[in-house]
Amino acid sequence: MHTYIFDNYEAKDRSALIPLLQDIQGIYNYLPETALKDISEFVDIPLSRVYGVATFYNQFRLKPLGENVIKVCRGTACHVKSSANILFAIEHELNIKAGETTRDKKFTLEIVNCIGACSIAPVITINEDYYGRIAAKDIPKIIKNFTRKSVKQETVPAKEGSLK
Amino acid sequence: MVQLTINNIKVNAEKGMTILEAAKSVGINIPTLCHLKDLLPSGACRICSVEVEGYRGLTPSCAFPVSDGMVVETNSARVRRARKTIVELLIENHPQDCLVCVRNKNCELQNLSETYSVREHRFVGEKKDHAIDISSSSMERDPAKCVLCGRCVRICHEVQKIGAIDFTKRGFYSTVTTPFNKGLNVSDCILCGQCILVCPTAALREKSSLKEVVSALNDKNKFTVVQVAPAVRATLGEEYNLPLGTDVTGQIVMGLRRLGFKKVFDTNFAADLTIIEEATELIDRVSNNGKLPMFTSCCPGWVKYIEQNRPQLLEHVSSCKSPHEMEGAVLKTYYAKKMGLNPKDIFVVSIMPCTVKKFESNRAELAEENLHDVDAVLTTRELVRFFKIAGIEFGDLPEDKFDNPLGESTGAAAIFGTSGGVMEAALRTAYYKLTGSNLESLDFEAVRGSNGLKEATVKAGETELNIAVVNGIGNAKKVLDEIEKGSSKYHFIEVMTCPGGCINGGGQPIHQKPEKIMKRMRALYHIDANMKKRNSHENESVKVLYKEFLVEPNSPTAHKILHTHYLDRKKILDN
Repeated sequence: MHTYIFDNYEAKDRSALIPLLQDIQGIYNYLPETALKDISEFVDIPLSRVYGVATFYNQFRLKPLGENVIKVCRGTACHVKSSANILFAIEHELNIKAGETTRDKKFTLEIVNCIGACSIAPVITINEDYYGRIAAKDIPKIIKNFTRKSVKQETVPAKEGSLK
Repeated sequence: MVQLTINNIKVNAEKGMTILEAAKSVGINIPTLCHLKDLLPSGACRICSVEVEGYRGLTPSCAFPVSDGMVVETNSARVRRARKTIVELLIENHPQDCLVCVRNKNCELQNLSETYSVREHRFVGEKKDHAIDISSSSMERDPAKCVLCGRCVRICHEVQKIGAIDFTKRGFYSTVTTPFNKGLNVSDCILCGQCILVCPTAALREKSSLKEVVSALNDKNKFTVVQVAPAVRATLGEEYNLPLGTDVTGQIVMGLRRLGFKKVFDTNFAADLTIIEEATELIDRVSNNGKLPMFTSCCPGWVKYIEQNRPQLLEHVSSCKSPHEMEGAVLKTYYAKKMGLNPKDIFVVSIMPCTVKKFESNRAELAEENLHDVDAVLTTRELVRFFKIAGIEFGDLPEDKFDNPLGESTGAAAIFGTSGGVMEAALRTAYYKLTGSNLESLDFEAVRGSNGLKEATVKAGETELNIAVVNGIGNAKKVLDEIEKGSSKYHFIEVMTCPGGCINGGGQPIHQKPEKIMKRMRALYHIDANMKKRNSHENESVKVLYKEFLVEPNSPTAHKILHTHYLDRKKILDN
């Protein structure tokens, strides 16, 4: 499935490790175990080291992303504008911690250090959309919007205020 | 030559030396933690920090080369404060359960804490919390005790070239673990235990079988017997502060008797037996166009390695069981019959220098109708602990001799515990079998010593044998690649997983004395040289065993009792 990416690299070239990991993540949105094994064999680096590199860098994920990715900005400006409360509200609403994905795979929650939109702090992004100058109390509403959207495809309608 | 000043002492050092080495040459001790002799410095732990004039910060002496006119201070107040802080920070992220720790009194972190007089807890914070990995049958991994020095990682990657464990994540969450944090039993690990030998704390340790052995000894219905591997007798004395390479065979036998074992046998007996079987198999392969080269199969780490990494070459491995398994098999068949015992009542304990032997004794292929050839394996270190609990003062023990018939052995068996020993012993017997007479000189200097790959050519009658001896599994790759390409010129190859052979096995006493390999080797060669009989085929008890039970080498009975088969573990691991 992903073996074609190896065509662009030379076998046993150790320096190809990180580009290969990036390519794999480009295909699957995360790094599946089997792909890491294939990379390990291709570049001739023990699997433990490949796994070590994959866990060292924040850009690599070992678990698939949820349908919707929520990024909470924890940069200085947002921090001053109480982004910690926003993060807490989202964690509470989704019942997960930052870096995790909900069980139903609908949401992944991530922390970013600065989105570069300080003028509308505190800010979060959900997929491609920006939500600025928000307060913790807005969170349930924002998230409900997304649950309703994705629930449409399913038969069970989401109840008010519940995501599970 | 460069001249530098260390603590106001003028030092002449070689170019390229590190500050650490130069200081050591004039008797100045600098503490180390991540440093491993003979490997590239990593400079990770900073405990060896020193002050170098003209440099703003402190310098890691293990990774910094000396230069002319350098002025070094290894013991200033600033250096001492820095080192103490490092130790304090390490301790605060450590369970501090020394009283119940297996490495109590043999722990480098404990030593550092003592050296720098840490008397209070200055830092209190979050501690890492990890589950203990007890998945393998040989080893335990306890990441909470890990100080992240990386010595295990470097031994595994750079010396053994396995790479089963590595650093993962970073910062506070950094751990040394297997890929995907799975159990060691499903990793590339071959359980050789070299990482245990370099671990400064108890983050890596053997899985103890002491409980099983004690309960077997307490069971009146069990006939509990014990056997001792050749390499154990050359190292056990070190745990009692005897000089490196002291032969303590007699004391071990007496100690084991006092522990309550009904009989004390010698694995060397089975080593002689292994040689007869293996030499016969070799000659058979050479003269009947069998698969060549043939590998020795005494080392379970090596067998596990080839099963996991090159299953396609398994036909090259001799089908002989390893000596202690042969001893167990003979005990539960021939000996049981001779003594009128039920094989199910015999409990065989092996004292081994090795951690993989624990895994080996659990292999289903090495059991007859669910009755394992060997029931429990204790490492050298575990035996010392057992002696302690039992109140046995090792230094005052009188000497004793092994029980017969499975206690007689020759010099050829004694050297099984060192790299090149199995080869040397096999050559002595193969030569005899091919020519009908013994070698003029029994000492094969070419296969002795601690080089990673040793080779020689031996002429026996009209047959010329090309042999190779590999020690340290990292050196096996070249030989294996040659075979895969079909360009291998060898007939017979001995492989031992641990650098130096079993005398440096993963179950041996833990200390970082540099000359340990050579001195322990010498002890075994000394035993060999002082034996009246130095050829395996001269072992009278083995001859009787063949006459009364096995008929002849490689006979159907011998195949059933003394030989085994191997598994394609690559397939198992991939699924």
